[in-house]
Amino acid sequence: MTHPVPLRAIAATAALFGGLSVAQAQETIFYSTQLRPIEEATKVREVLLKGLPGKTTYVVDEPPAFAVRMKAETQAGKRTASVVGALHGELQPHVSADLQPVDDVAAKLKDRVIPANLMELGKLGTNQQQYIPWMQATYVMVANKQALQYLPAGADVNSLTYAQLQQWGKNIVDKTGQRRLGFPAGPTGLLPRFFQGYFYPSFTGGVVTTFKSADAEAGWNTLKELWAVSNPNSTNYNFMQEPLLAGEVWIAWDHIARVKEALTLQPDQFVAFPAPAGPKGRGYMPVIAGLAIPKDAPNRTGGVAVIEHMTKPETQLATAAEVGFFPVVKADLPPNLAPGIKLLAGAVAATQNARDALVSLLPVGLGAKGGEFNKVYTDTFQRIVLRNEPVRDVLEAQAKVLDALMKDTGAPCWAPDKPSQGACAVQ
Amino acid sequence: MPARTSWIPYALIAPSVIFLGALFLVPLVQTIWLSFSVGDGFSMENYQRMAGDLNFSLAVRNTFLLTLVVVPLQVVLALAMATMVTKLDKGRDLVLWVLTIPLGISDLAAGLAWLALLQNTGYLNSALYALGLIQGPMGWLSQETPWALFFAIVLAELWRATAIVLVILIAGLQLIPKEFSEAAEIFGAKPWTRFTKITLPLLKPSLQSALILRTVLAFEVFAVVYALGGRNFPVLAGEAYVWQNDNQNYGAAAAYAVLIMAISLAATAVYLRILRTRPEQLP
Repeated sequence: MTHPVPLRAIAATAALFGGLSVAQAQETIFYSTQLRPIEEATKVREVLLKGLPGKTTYVVDEPPAFAVRMKAETQAGKRTASVVGALHGELQPHVSADLQPVDDVAAKLKDRVIPANLMELGKLGTNQQQYIPWMQATYVMVANKQALQYLPAGADVNSLTYAQLQQWGKNIVDKTGQRRLGFPAGPTGLLPRFFQGYFYPSFTGGVVTTFKSADAEAGWNTLKELWAVSNPNSTNYNFMQEPLLAGEVWIAWDHIARVKEALTLQPDQFVAFPAPAGPKGRGYMPVIAGLAIPKDAPNRTGGVAVIEHMTKPETQLATAAEVGFFPVVKADLPPNLAPGIKLLAGAVAATQNARDALVSLLPVGLGAKGGEFNKVYTDTFQRIVLRNEPVRDVLEAQAKVLDALMKDTGAPCWAPDKPSQGACAVQ
Repeated sequence: MPARTSWIPYALIAPSVIFLGALFLVPLVQTIWLSFSVGDGFSMENYQRMAGDLNFSLAVRNTFLLTLVVVPLQVVLALAMATMVTKLDKGRDLVLWVLTIPLGISDLAAGLAWLALLQNTGYLNSALYALGLIQGPMGWLSQETPWALFFAIVLAELWRATAIVLVILIAGLQLIPKEFSEAAEIFGAKPWTRFTKITLPLLKPSLQSALILRTVLAFEVFAVVYALGGRNFPVLAGEAYVWQNDNQNYGAAAAYAVLIMAISLAATAVYLRILRTRPEQLP
């Protein structure tokens, strides 16, 4: 042995690397598009994942980056994450190519009592379980208490109609000279969901089949009036909590996670209540985030353990209390919630229990075309409301795009549209 | 010359050639292929999707409008600033340093800085309100005020990217021998005549580089527009981003990318031709 020291160094290095790779094999990477802000991610790491055996690393990414990474890892044949958490719509494009069925996990979790309709959504239009429901949210209206004095006579925020909302916005314009109704119509705002889960169901009782109906035409005309009393900066708003906190907007519609900050920072300044009702009912859309296991997950056991842990009733309640997403399992919310979260929980309960509530499910079976499905609605909005094109012509033209898209994907109708044989067609 | 050293130049450029090949040419070919393929076959469908979209003509118009307004203004401003800086005796370095600060700031950060100035609750409105010129917050960046938004973007782009033209022009000005100007002065040429007859023609190679660089970058403008106007002011690169990320249609996004590249190449070819300098015209 002429070079004992280098050889020993090499052996030590090899042992170290060997050790590292063993450690890596035991580590579970939990890759998520949800709970991204640093405060929320810290809650996940320090509170919600507590009590899990082994090392779990919580990594977050923007949804577009998530989509690219999932596909790239499949193509490269090298998977890093063992469990992924994302919205229903974000998981959908990855069915079969990038995800593995989790029927065995679903069987294990029978005692969690996750509602059957949520489990059905988790199949993503296939006949196997693709994800396990993780947490749910929905959209609510939030108003600054200064706006309440302008409510039209006889109107109650908890049973508002679109006509009353328009009158409310108009009263504010008349009295203060400012357009203070706001919608998240910015580049990353969730306005497409407003059309699919709120506007269309409330006015037409459907989303796809009724796209160009006479009811839809009437609805769009109402929306134009609503826009006339809405803040012109709405096309710049992505998260309504910001203009709400700045006082630029007094009444807003948005996802609960995107108004939460306004409510938790100033619970005394704001009220939360259900979205308005139209002629066909009070349309609303539950938002479901799910946990799935990617194909070739390096540590499937660890991934399953994360899913089991996150769906425990106590973890679900902690999730509601810490980050404001609500349980998918049977669990009663504790009375000691933070005031802001309590406001949200109240609005969500009022939405779900409204007599005229009309549930609109998330699109199923659109695969990678989910983005273009949203585009049909935002393009229609741009042309009718922002560019003032004739309603009838725009609806005819966009209906053709929508119809082609539905035929292309073969997606059957989902609630509130009536079930269809084959692809959901525009009538 | 000894023949054995002939491989050295190739070895020296090899790393950059490999680098460009791996990280530029391969993705370029992939993007072009992506834009022309639907499923497994060749198709123009992505280009039809792109051209048929409601924002396409608007994006083309806006991008060209912005380039045609911003680039000439930047060249004029940079020429004025460069001439001024070269005339300075004292504090020249300090002035140059201050003028080039925006170069060190990322375009998104620059866009956000201007957003802080111009948004409803921004400094501009606060100042106007304090002066009693407006009654309440005015919207400058909304879809209902397209010209104010356009003006804001032009302003932000001028602030952000004039410095790159300035730096190139200063380097060019320093290459022009003083003798020409001094000789012209002796013959009684006025400063403006000296500038148009001597400085400008001799500055042509630098102007060419600056124009090519700025124009290509102007056709790719994105972050400043996105920060200030979101999608209220569609531009080509912004539409490519939306097709890629929101609509998740990578083919249409690739079509936009190829279109931007084609426009940039065409603009470069035009500059190379119009601003050609013959060797005998060089100082």
